[in-house]
Amino acid sequence: MTPEVSPLVILIAAIFTNNILLANFLGMCSFLACSTKIQTALGLGAAVIFVMTTTTAINYGVYHGLLVPLGLKYLQFIVFIAVIAAFVQFVEMFVERFSPPLYHALGIFLPLITVNCAILGASLFMIIRNYTFLQSVAFGFGGGAGWTLAIVLMAGLRQKMGYSSIPRPFQGVAITMVITGVMAMIFMGFAGMVTIQ
Amino acid sequence: MIYLWASLVFVGLLVGLAVLLTVAERLLINYGICAIDINASETTLEVEGGQSLLSGLMESKIFIPSACGGRGSCGHCKITVLDGAGPVLPTETPYLSRSEIRSNVRLACQVKIREDLRVTIPEDLLNVQMFSATVASTQVMTHDIKEIRFSLNEPTEITQRPGQYVQVQAPSPDGPVFRAYSISSPSHEPNVVDLVVRLVPGGIGSTYLHNLNVDDPVIFTGPYGEFHLDEDPDTEIVCVGGGCGIAPMKNIIYTLYERWPDRKCSLFFGCRTTADVFYLDEFKELAVKHPNFKVIYALSDPIGPEETWDGETGFIHLSVDKHLEAGMKRQAFLCGPPPMIEAVTHVLEEKGLVEEDIFYDKF
Repeated sequence: MTPEVSPLVILIAAIFTNNILLANFLGMCSFLACSTKIQTALGLGAAVIFVMTTTTAINYGVYHGLLVPLGLKYLQFIVFIAVIAAFVQFVEMFVERFSPPLYHALGIFLPLITVNCAILGASLFMIIRNYTFLQSVAFGFGGGAGWTLAIVLMAGLRQKMGYSSIPRPFQGVAITMVITGVMAMIFMGFAGMVTIQ
Repeated sequence: MIYLWASLVFVGLLVGLAVLLTVAERLLINYGICAIDINASETTLEVEGGQSLLSGLMESKIFIPSACGGRGSCGHCKITVLDGAGPVLPTETPYLSRSEIRSNVRLACQVKIREDLRVTIPEDLLNVQMFSATVASTQVMTHDIKEIRFSLNEPTEITQRPGQYVQVQAPSPDGPVFRAYSISSPSHEPNVVDLVVRLVPGGIGSTYLHNLNVDDPVIFTGPYGEFHLDEDPDTEIVCVGGGCGIAPMKNIIYTLYERWPDRKCSLFFGCRTTADVFYLDEFKELAVKHPNFKVIYALSDPIGPEETWDGETGFIHLSVDKHLEAGMKRQAFLCGPPPMIEAVTHVLEEKGLVEEDIFYDKF
């Protein structure tokens, strides 16, 4: 158990030192696909923050309130995925209702949040690291915010890249992967700031 | 026992989530009844929100042309939405020019009805009806072209201008789609609609139509199209068709000679080989009755050794160039493949025709 670490520290750590994308390399698929425009990246990021925070909270409740007492811990994967899928459906309806252009811009990547490994990853980290409820929610929110930060930074860079002359073999996903690597190294600079597992 | 618990917990959880989602759907995706105001309050429709504008209008018997069945891949269903459509969606931008976006043109299949809308629909489209008909006859014209005659059941009559087209509903794996075909029967025969259909390998509409048998039911909407015949009897009519582009020309010519037996008209029809020639005898017969009607058929491929051909050879725009003298008052109707249309338009402009007098249909 790590009850001594304050949720605030976990929040900061999840954004900078333990960025779910740049430290754990989770959620790469939509990161690469939806990072061409800042606007779209922000929209998807907001959806990920919302889904990640809510699903860690719900999954915490389901895991500790239902699966642990009944000795059904082994159901965690399938149950977590079901909860996440349902929530993504909800978010999809919500976005379609209130922001049709964002809905169409995100296209297939909105329903694909369901299988965004970062979301499931956050719920599983919460179990492995034995977080309390508040810590879990902080981690979920921080993880989403960290992912959003990374994708928005990348979108900004890619928008700039439109005006630069990239050598042919590096164009497209190749240069994006290289930049992701560099960004990950830069984020390692935050390493001493706070430490969680 | 533990397995029972496991299944119960899992199923219970899924049911719970499903219930929550259903409730959310009720609350979020419920737009109620929305009003569509057409042409500055000329007509107001009440339709259920949440569906696309295209299907909402179709429900109210307003048929906007659409070939792809509302999937946003043909770009035919353009109408002007003045209010209530929200911002232009990324799915629409490939089909809209900048000036269209500025003047609020939208794809009706992509606009979702969320609130009250104000739209402008051309008068012509408001007259479009849905027809149910039966196949009266099918006739093989060439190896890949069939003439298909529909006799109308409901409504029993169609009011069409020569050169207009209908959209035939054809089944496809993704639900019904509509395909456009010109009407080749003249407008003084309102109880039938003839189509001339070339079989396109793998084509949804042409395969469906070619496989129809006599007495099969069909559904189509129409008439659509911008062709307007000049009512002045002194204007000479020039018809240029390639392949099954003869369909609207047949309609124009027969309608024309029903109304003005002495009117001047030239038909130019371009084919590849003698095997592609059809309707020639009918037109020759018509030319005997009406001396002012000229028929010119031209073959673009070399004539085979055993074939006899007394018509023209070469591309059809060369025949047009040869047979028309410049500076007459003319109106031209073209229907055929894009390179033919471009070449013929160029020739006609050299002969002194202005853009407004040249109507064309590329396919």
